[in-house]
Amino acid sequence: MFIDTLLIGISSGAIYSLMALALVLVWRSTRVVNFAQSGQAVLSTYIGYEISVRTHNYWLSLPLAILAGAILGSLIDLLFMRLLIGRAKSGPIAEIAPVIATLGLLGLIQSFIGLIWGNAFQQYASPLSAKGFTFGSHTIPFSPQNLFIVIASAAVMAIFGAIFKYTDLGLALRAASFQPEIAQLAGVRVSRVRNIGWAFAGAAGAVAGAVITPTSTLSPNSLDLLFVSGFIAAVIGGLDSLVGAVVGGLVLGVGFAFILQYIGGSVTFLVGFIILMVVLLLRPRGIFGHKVNRHA
Amino acid sequence: MKLGLEVIDFSVEYGAIRAIQNLSLHVVPGELVAVIGSNGSGKSTLIRALSGLITPSRGSAHWNGISILGKKPEELVRQGIVHISEGKSVIPELTVAENLALGGLWRRDKLDVAIATQESLAIFPVLASRLNQRADTLSGGERQMLAIARALISRPQLLLLDEPSLGLAPLIIEQIFVAISHLQNQFGLTVLLVEQNAMSALKIADRGLILNLGELVKTGTPAELIADPQLRAAYLGF
Repeated sequence: MFIDTLLIGISSGAIYSLMALALVLVWRSTRVVNFAQSGQAVLSTYIGYEISVRTHNYWLSLPLAILAGAILGSLIDLLFMRLLIGRAKSGPIAEIAPVIATLGLLGLIQSFIGLIWGNAFQQYASPLSAKGFTFGSHTIPFSPQNLFIVIASAAVMAIFGAIFKYTDLGLALRAASFQPEIAQLAGVRVSRVRNIGWAFAGAAGAVAGAVITPTSTLSPNSLDLLFVSGFIAAVIGGLDSLVGAVVGGLVLGVGFAFILQYIGGSVTFLVGFIILMVVLLLRPRGIFGHKVNRHA
Repeated sequence: MKLGLEVIDFSVEYGAIRAIQNLSLHVVPGELVAVIGSNGSGKSTLIRALSGLITPSRGSAHWNGISILGKKPEELVRQGIVHISEGKSVIPELTVAENLALGGLWRRDKLDVAIATQESLAIFPVLASRLNQRADTLSGGERQMLAIARALISRPQLLLLDEPSLGLAPLIIEQIFVAISHLQNQFGLTVLLVEQNAMSALKIADRGLILNLGELVKTGTPAELIADPQLRAAYLGF
């Protein structure tokens, strides 16, 4: 029972981690908490769903959904955030306007989805079984799709980790997020690099949506709760740290799974918010947050 | 068209405040010009406007005949104009090696990046022993060295240096200024050096400009400026 719960926790934690990763990537590149993230992820998932309905091929729809997520993220930065941040340069509105705008964008995307696909629940089917693995007579709640969720999430994290640590692009991304002005003076094309950060975030969100949705149903709001968990995970991790996002997501996923198993579903979110409050009170920069103050 | 840096009738405003007024100057290729002035004289503003961080309200600026106004700093770096900003112009969260790598990131000629990196480390050997340390573990002087070394890896033609002596001990300032002078001679760099520390700057400069409240007060060789008792009392502080 303990192992079952742990596995389920890791599987949902992996998804929270991906969502948290997406939030952190945008935060690091633009210093905006992107509330439109769940909208972007769900739109990318709908695109994957549409492709899978037409081609009956989940494995084709998955990479295309990820690509759509990346393009969507990039476009939102280019056509929306840049203009907005360019206009609202100073005063109290400058800090909060982009965040509020992402909320508006979330509504816009979800309404758009409703317009195209309707608000009914859809089934985005994966060829992998959502029924748990069976050992002898014992069936555990952890399914092949859950295993795939863990593998896909781990792959995304490993790829991002390698890009950030070992490539020129990763160095540029880190430099631009830590000290944009100095990065600029060193020759880093900061706005281009930021845009790549948005694309990466969009891709991470799309992976989350496209691998989790086959275990339940798809609707314009189906990723909203996931986003909340991802947000809590990102804050626990320090909002600035990619490692923190992953660890935060896993801790939250496993924690939720055990609470659900041993206490009951009614308190899981309550506990999530309590963890959030405690972290904010005791370590406002998060568990993995850097101590150095950064220029926003 | 004049070679070098030519600035004509340059003004920069912050809202209603004029930080620089109708400034004109010309820096010949290979020349090291020190811009001297106190806080609020507009000297940092001048350098920030030349490197594309802020936009002047009027005037023109050309480097070797090509206009540099309206271009972003990252584009000017590609034209050979590198600005080392005030204080510690390094990224503290990155290692020394990563900070150095930033200077060559945009360059295609990776062989020359490697050569330039070796040259920079030869000029500042202390950095070679700290390549894997985070930049925030370096002393102020070492950070300044790192910033200059990173700039060199971009193979600049024009170096815009903003207060390299800021917050450093006299002995370290001496070292940094010797290094700057050495760069001018070894690489034929053109240098615009903005400094409050007039004595150190004029020691290595070919020419000095004195700025006060955004206006050019006087220009001349260091000897000429130092010989003027009024200037010494009012602006040079020694």
